[in-house]
Order: sequence, then C-alpha cells, then structure tokens
Amino acid sequence: MLEFRKEYFKDERDDRLNEVGQPRQRQDMLGHVTGRTRYFDDHAFEGLLHLKVLRSPHPHARLRAIDVSAAERSPGVKRVIRAADVPVNKNTLLSLINFGKDDEPLLAVDKVRYKGEPIVAVVAESEAAAYEALTKIRVDYDPLPAVFDVEEAIKPGAPVVNETYPANTFEYHEKYNHQKLRFGDVERAFASADFVVEERYQMSPIEHAPTETNGSIAAPETNDRFVVHTCTQALFFSLGTAAKLLDVPSNRLHFIGGTVGGGFGGKVDSLTEPLSILGAMLTGRPVRYVLGREEEMQYGCPRGAERHYIKDGVMRDGRIVARKVTSYFDAGAYTRLSSYGAVKCIAHVPGPYTIPNVHADSYCVFTNRTPATAMRGFGITGVDFSLEVQMDKLAHKVGMDPMEFRILNAYRDGDMKAHRREAHNCALVECVQVAAEKAGWPIRDEYRRMNSLTGGGGERAAIPATATDEAGRIGAGRPASTTPTRVPAMPIPPPSREPQPAAAPPRVAPPPRSAPPPAPSPPPPAAPAPREQPKPAAPAPQHGATRFSSVFGTRRR
Amino acid sequence: MAKTPVQFRLNGADKAVFVDGGENLLNALRRGVGDMSTKFGCGQGTCGVCTVLIDGEPQLACLTLAETCAGRGIETALGLADGPNLHPLQTAFMEHFAAQCGFCTSGMLMAAKALLDRNPSPTREDVAEAISGNICRCTGYEPIINAILDAASKRGGQASREQGHARV
Amino acid sequence: MTVQVKTFGSMSEAAAALASDRAARFFSGGTLLMRAINEGDTTIATLVRSTDPGCRQIRNEGARVVIGAGVRMVDILANRDLAILHPVARVVGGPAVRAMATVGGNLFAPSPYGDLAVALLALDATVMVQGAYGGAQQTPLEQFLAGRDRAGSSGLVMAVSVPRPASPDAFRFRKVARVKPKGVSVLSIAAHLPATGGRIAGARVAYGAMAPTPIRARAVERALEGRTLDAAGIAPALAAAAEGISPPTDALATAWYRREVVSVHLRRLLLGEGS
Repeated sequence: MLEFRKEYFKDERDDRLNEVGQPRQRQDMLGHVTGRTRYFDDHAFEGLLHLKVLRSPHPHARLRAIDVSAAERSPGVKRVIRAADVPVNKNTLLSLINFGKDDEPLLAVDKVRYKGEPIVAVVAESEAAAYEALTKIRVDYDPLPAVFDVEEAIKPGAPVVNETYPANTFEYHEKYNHQKLRFGDVERAFASADFVVEERYQMSPIEHAPTETNGSIAAPETNDRFVVHTCTQALFFSLGTAAKLLDVPSNRLHFIGGTVGGGFGGKVDSLTEPLSILGAMLTGRPVRYVLGREEEMQYGCPRGAERHYIKDGVMRDGRIVARKVTSYFDAGAYTRLSSYGAVKCIAHVPGPYTIPNVHADSYCVFTNRTPATAMRGFGITGVDFSLEVQMDKLAHKVGMDPMEFRILNAYRDGDMKAHRREAHNCALVECVQVAAEKAGWPIRDEYRRMNSLTGGGGERAAIPATATDEAGRIGAGRPASTTPTRVPAMPIPPPSREPQPAAAPPRVAPPPRSAPPPAPSPPPPAAPAPREQPKPAAPAPQHGATRFSSVFGTRRR
Repeated sequence: MAKTPVQFRLNGADKAVFVDGGENLLNALRRGVGDMSTKFGCGQGTCGVCTVLIDGEPQLACLTLAETCAGRGIETALGLADGPNLHPLQTAFMEHFAAQCGFCTSGMLMAAKALLDRNPSPTREDVAEAISGNICRCTGYEPIINAILDAASKRGGQASREQGHARV
Repeated sequence: MTVQVKTFGSMSEAAAALASDRAARFFSGGTLLMRAINEGDTTIATLVRSTDPGCRQIRNEGARVVIGAGVRMVDILANRDLAILHPVARVVGGPAVRAMATVGGNLFAPSPYGDLAVALLALDATVMVQGAYGGAQQTPLEQFLAGRDRAGSSGLVMAVSVPRPASPDAFRFRKVARVKPKGVSVLSIAAHLPATGGRIAGARVAYGAMAPTPIRARAVERALEGRTLDAAGIAPALAAAAEGISPPTDALATAWYRREVVSVHLRRLLLGEGS
C-alpha cells in the first residue's frame, strides 16, 4: 500500500494529485499474460541464419594465427566473419557523445584482452551447424600475463590490458587518470578529529542474469535498409554504434526495440546488433545472434567490481568533520560505461551529509576481466553501500544511535555541498524519521524535532579554502600519494545503543605546521620520460549522414 | 538429412510440423508452428520460461525432443484465454501486477495452471513449490504467488472466466 | 549436422542398437542430453530411445522394489511403495524437471547432479543392465558408478532394484543447495543407518557432488559402527567426514568449500537437526 505523508513540506507543494498514488496498469500487461508481447526473438523470417562466435579461452593473449578454412567448408556454413570484415573495427560506446577514445574491436585483431572476447563469427543454417563450425576453427594463442585486480593493475610494471590506455586507467580530459573532488582540508581535519575511522569495502562483479539473454535479429529490408529486432535498452545508442562500426549512414538501419526481457543495464552495450547486421549484409539473409545462457552469465557484461577506501574524521559529539574516499571501478578490458560510472561516483560522494572537508578520487581501471557495464545505479550503488556501512561504524565509534547519527549529519536546505552547489529540497532527515517510526526504532525527541528546513545555511553555506592538486596528471608519472595505504582490519566495538563514556582521543600524529595538504612525492628516480601522449583522435571519416548531436554541443565525428 | 513429421494437438487444435533430428519442442513451437509465447531462457532446464503442459503435466519445451510429442496434447499460454475472455490466472496476474518485463510470465502461468488443475486449493507453500522451477528476475515472486492464490480462491466451482479488458 | 533419432518398441532392441553403435546415446528423460545438444555438443550424433512400457514400471517384489529405468521422479512420488525415496525425488529440479527426469538418467548425471543415485547408493541398490547379446546382468550400484564413465562400457540400464529397509526411519537424506526452495546440490548426503539396541550396525553413507560420481563415505561408515546417534557417538564419524572425497569446483562451490562444510551437514543429518 502506498502511504502519503502529506504533512511534510506541505507549503511547498500543489497536492492535487490525480495519477501519482493511484495504481495504474502497465500498457503491456495484457500482452504479457496472453503471451502476445513481442520480444526481439518473436519474429519469424524465412531463410533465417544463425550466428555464433568463437571466444577466447584466455584472459590475455596474442593471436598469432587464425585458420578458418575448415570452418568455412563445414556443412551449413554460409559465411565466416573475421576482424578484417568489420568496416570500422574499433569503438567505445560513449564515442556517441564524444566521451573517451575508441578502444574496443568488434572482433579481436591481434590480441584478446578478456576470457570470452569474440574472435571469429560463424553464420550458418542452424545453431548446431554454427557450433560445429566453431570447433573447426584453429587459433594459435600466445598467452600473456594477466591482471585481475584494480590495485594490481595500476602498479608500475602491471601488464598493459588495453593499449589505448597504457597506464590501465581511463583518462579524463586527456589530463587526469581519475576524477577528483576537493573541498576544504581533510588532513587538517583528521589531525584535530576525536576519532579517525578507516575502512576498505569491495564487491565482486555482479551479473544481471535477465531471463531473456542478449540477442538480435537483423534482416535485409526495403530500400537497401536493414531491419533489426533487438533486446537493447538503448535503441539510439545501439543504432549509432552499429552505424559507426559498419560505416553506414544511420538511415540505412531500422531498429525496432520495445519490450526487453529484463535489462537492468545489461542490454546497453549493443553486444549482438553489429554482428547480426554485418552477417545480414554479407549473406543477404536474415541473421539471428543470441547469447546462450552460459555466454550470458560468463561473457555478458556484468556490473564491474569495485573497491572503496573510506577514511573519516568524526567528533565525539557525532559530527563528521572530514571524509576521504578513494574508489576503484574495475572496467574489465574495455571502457564501455565504466568511465561514466566513476564520474557518477564522484558526483555522489560524500553521501547526503554535510561534511566540511571532503577529498575524493575515483578511478576507472582496466583489468583482464569481462568488460563491465551499467547496472541499477552503477557508480553509486556500491559506493552507497560502503558509505552507509561506514556511517554505522562511525555511529558505533562515537556511541550514537545510527539513525540519530544520520539525522545529525544530514544535509539541510542552504548547506554548501562539496560540489559547490547549495543543497535544496533536502528530505533525508524526514526520511530517516519516518523509517525509524515504521521500524519501531526509537529515536530521541531532540532528533524527532529536527527537520531539513532548519539549521542549514549560514556558516554551513561557506566554501572553505581548498587546496587542489595535480595528482594523477597523465604524463607526469604516477605519484605515490595517489596510491592509498593498505587498511588494517578494524576491531568492531560491541554494539551499544547508549552513548559510551567519552574515550580518550586517539593519538594522531600532528600535521606539518604548514597547512596545505602534502604535495605529491616526486616520481621514482628511474621513471621513464613522460609518456608520449596520444594525440586526440583525428575525426573519423564522415559517414555521410547527420549524426545526432552530442551532449556537449560539438560533433567531432 | 530428412526432416521428421510430427503431429500433435496444440491448445486443442491439430498441428503438424517437420522437425530436424534432435530438434527440441521449443524450436518446433516457435519456428515450426509460429507459437512465440514459449520463450528461450537457458536451454538447460534451469529457468523454466519454456514451461508448457504436455498431456496436463508441466514439462520444459527446451529439453523435450520434438518428435516425442507425436499424438500428444500440448498447452501454451496462447491457449489459456477462452476467446476474448481471460483465464482467471491471467486476470489475477494483471490485478496483482505479477509481471514486469513479462518474459517469465508464460512459463509461470503454465506452471500455475498445472498446479490449479490438480490442486484447486493450494497453500502458499504449494504455490511456491509449483513455481520453484520458474525464475523471475523482476517481481520478487510475491505478486506472482499472490495472484495464483487469488485465482485459486476465485475459481471455486463456478465458471469464472472474466472479460479480457485491461484491468486496474 | 543434425542428430539421428532411432526409436524402438522394446528395451532389448534399443540395447542391441546401442551395442552396434558405440557413439549412440540412450535418450531417457532428456534432461541431460537435450541440454548438451542445446549447448552445441557436436559429439552427439545418434539418439536411441525406447517406448517400451516395461521401463516405466515399478514392481513391488516384497523384499525389494524394482524401478524401471524410465520411471520419472513424479512417478516415484505417486507410488507408496517408494515412500522412502519421496524426500529425494521431491528435491530433484522443479515440477517440470520432475515430470521428465528418470531414474535411469539420474545414474549418469554428472556432479553436482544425481541426487537420486546418491540415495540409491546408500540403500545398496542393484542395477540391471542388458548387454548386447541379451541377458540382463545385475551389478551393485557402487560398482556400476565406478565404471560408468569408462569409454566402451556397454549395455543399457533396464531397471534399478532397491532393497526395502527394515525400518524406513533408518534412511535419511539431505540435499544442500544455495537456492531455496530448489537448487542444484552443493552437496547431498544419504545414509542408511540400521540400528540394533540403539547402536548402528552396517551403516551405508553416500555423498553427492563430492567426487566425479556419487561415492560411499566408507571412513564414516566404519566410524559409525556400534555407535549411538548422539553428539559423542558421532564425533569420530565427523572427524572422518572428508576422507576419500575429491569434490569438484564448479559454479556453485569450490572444492575447498565442499570439503569445509561436509562435516557440518553430516552432523545435522546424523543428529536430525533442522534442514
């Protein structure tokens, strides 16, 4: 049941709601229950061919030789597609909005960078014939050392996963190897904090596992067009990606999406459309490319692994005075959407709390794992888990009730956020209060009386003096200070709801007398000359048709 | 290789298809007959989206050899409604919002029908057991279980086929 | 390349066809073979099936029950003489899989599948195999399992013969799975624990998903001999729980994990603790 708490913020709203709060039936529900909703695969085509790909068994290897001759002769095979058949065999998903460099081939050329990377595609009369042809393809692999951990990947000497980004980190604005947020002076605040709590949080990749696997059917249509039935969640992204990889004007592609059999973010990478269309182009027949279940689980893009180091300074009375976050997003072997995830992370920290000193770095790191992609708030969900567990630990540390602790530290209207925006329309205090009420979790009157409209602004609206830094500049070596120290496990104090008697303040080394944050240490003496920066990608040849304009107003392709 | 003719009844109508050796019923239904309501989810027997009824028993079409269906009666989601009138399960699924992406829905409905056809008064545990072979990634199962229990309670002994209009 | 399907009216004819084509596979419920075909196993060229109603029979022969190889899990669940196997049949797959999966097929199911075979091993079942030249052979299940994956092993499983335990309460079974209510086994344990005067005599304990085939936990059996089923009595058995196992690492669990938890689940089974 939906319950409206209209007593909150009632002066700010027009409450004449006609649709919100009323149950309304989905427009596709009748189709779902009668089995008539059409998913991409629910379209019949005469002469349909089936495409399967050969995938790398190695996480990292050179491709020395590929022999498809036996596969080409295999019964039922109509066409074997190689890297050389792909008109533009390098792309990155967000090139459509001019973000990032092309780094991913549709079919591997001379190297594979993750286990499962597609190398050769076979188009045949049946799935069985395609599977059989795959077994006849001979590939000579030269396995290379691989790296599977984000922090291992950014160490000097780590195997280079993706030559487009030789330091194994995505490059922002061609300048930095991470995203950064700086507000105030965390080191000074740590030095004067009553407690400092440092923790490490991490999660493994998570697979969307939709009941419908990724797939598409492409077929020649009228006027030299190709119709594409696809499971994509991002119809225009998929159309644009296919147009670019296949070097055709986008008006030659007729994409039909609609109902997705579960996406959750795992159907935005256009995993199958470019190859099914290319198959249709090369054979003149409809081509179907659908991932099997094992392919979907193992090689379909997951939510990437993440690791977050969070260091907080908190006072005895419960105020958080400093928060330092270092986040690593494991993009796997190619960028896809992880570059954006790291941006979202930086936009999200330090959480919905007013903290006067904030320092955050967010890295998008390449490893030899399956390329990651979007999933349900990617870039934020893992960070939020980490931040909120940290909030509970801080509450324990100072002996405060965790709900009250959050109410105390929550944004109020008028507060300055670390992103230099004033907080408006805050409601965390009220949410926590109602949640506590619903859970039967008692909170003290003083905290029940607090609200988001009172107590903000004033001193809390000031932007403090902030030392920025040039840490992580690409081409300037990798300063040691951007590599955080390993965090020892924290002993967990016994849970207690009563405020503890004040503990002695922890012994903290006094900061250097000079106030600015520590300068990055100089690069190691044997550092090579600053790496030659790749020039910004020259605009690719025009496809001839108008590409939809980018978010940033300019169109480089 | 020559194809094998297979004749069976589908939702009460006589059908005949030609199948390849080793072809599964899922393909025979989708590509042979043109009934797209039964879906492919795994090909392994884990997900249940291909659940159909064969002679009243729930079976997985992806693991069924098509030619073993000769002479048998197959039911899919397309056969649930009585003309424009929805089956009580279909109405209940709508009323309880028991579908989001809808991909598991056909299989869920057939698993539910198999249950209610032999146990008209299931407990909540019976329902959970009946759909234990069907995976849903969207709803969290509770709306589905509620819908099935609701459909069971509404059927009683009376004909309870209801109008097929979109319901709120 | 499509698959050739050959259907025979009798199990004997099917056995002869298998003998004459060593690469042919016998198609029972289809839950294993169709999966392999769907996933692109190109080694399956010929399927042999039988429509013999005899292979779907369950015969109560007093001291033993003979279960045809084509008997499905739902058929076991519908038969009172096989009540002892109901807790096992009930946790094989979901309802649709149970309407397809057969006893004969379960004997060949690779780890981590094959829960029924685990139970049959603990019950000291015998497998009746028909060879190429007629004549059924009876093989203890343990011996059958040890040789089942050997290339060139011939014959067609016709039925499984299970001795009826004197006391049904002496048989226990536990399937450990991550997914509730049904999932593939992380491990399963079956135990037949006959007792005289409260002391175990002639225990048989079998593990599933702890080796390439279901295996007997002989060290556990020896450690239970003459013991009572209480915490002190089972301590030596728990200490021996992991002896002789070679668990797989698969999508569900690592070998390390299976080895770590087997004694915990064995304890719960022996003490009858909550599932």
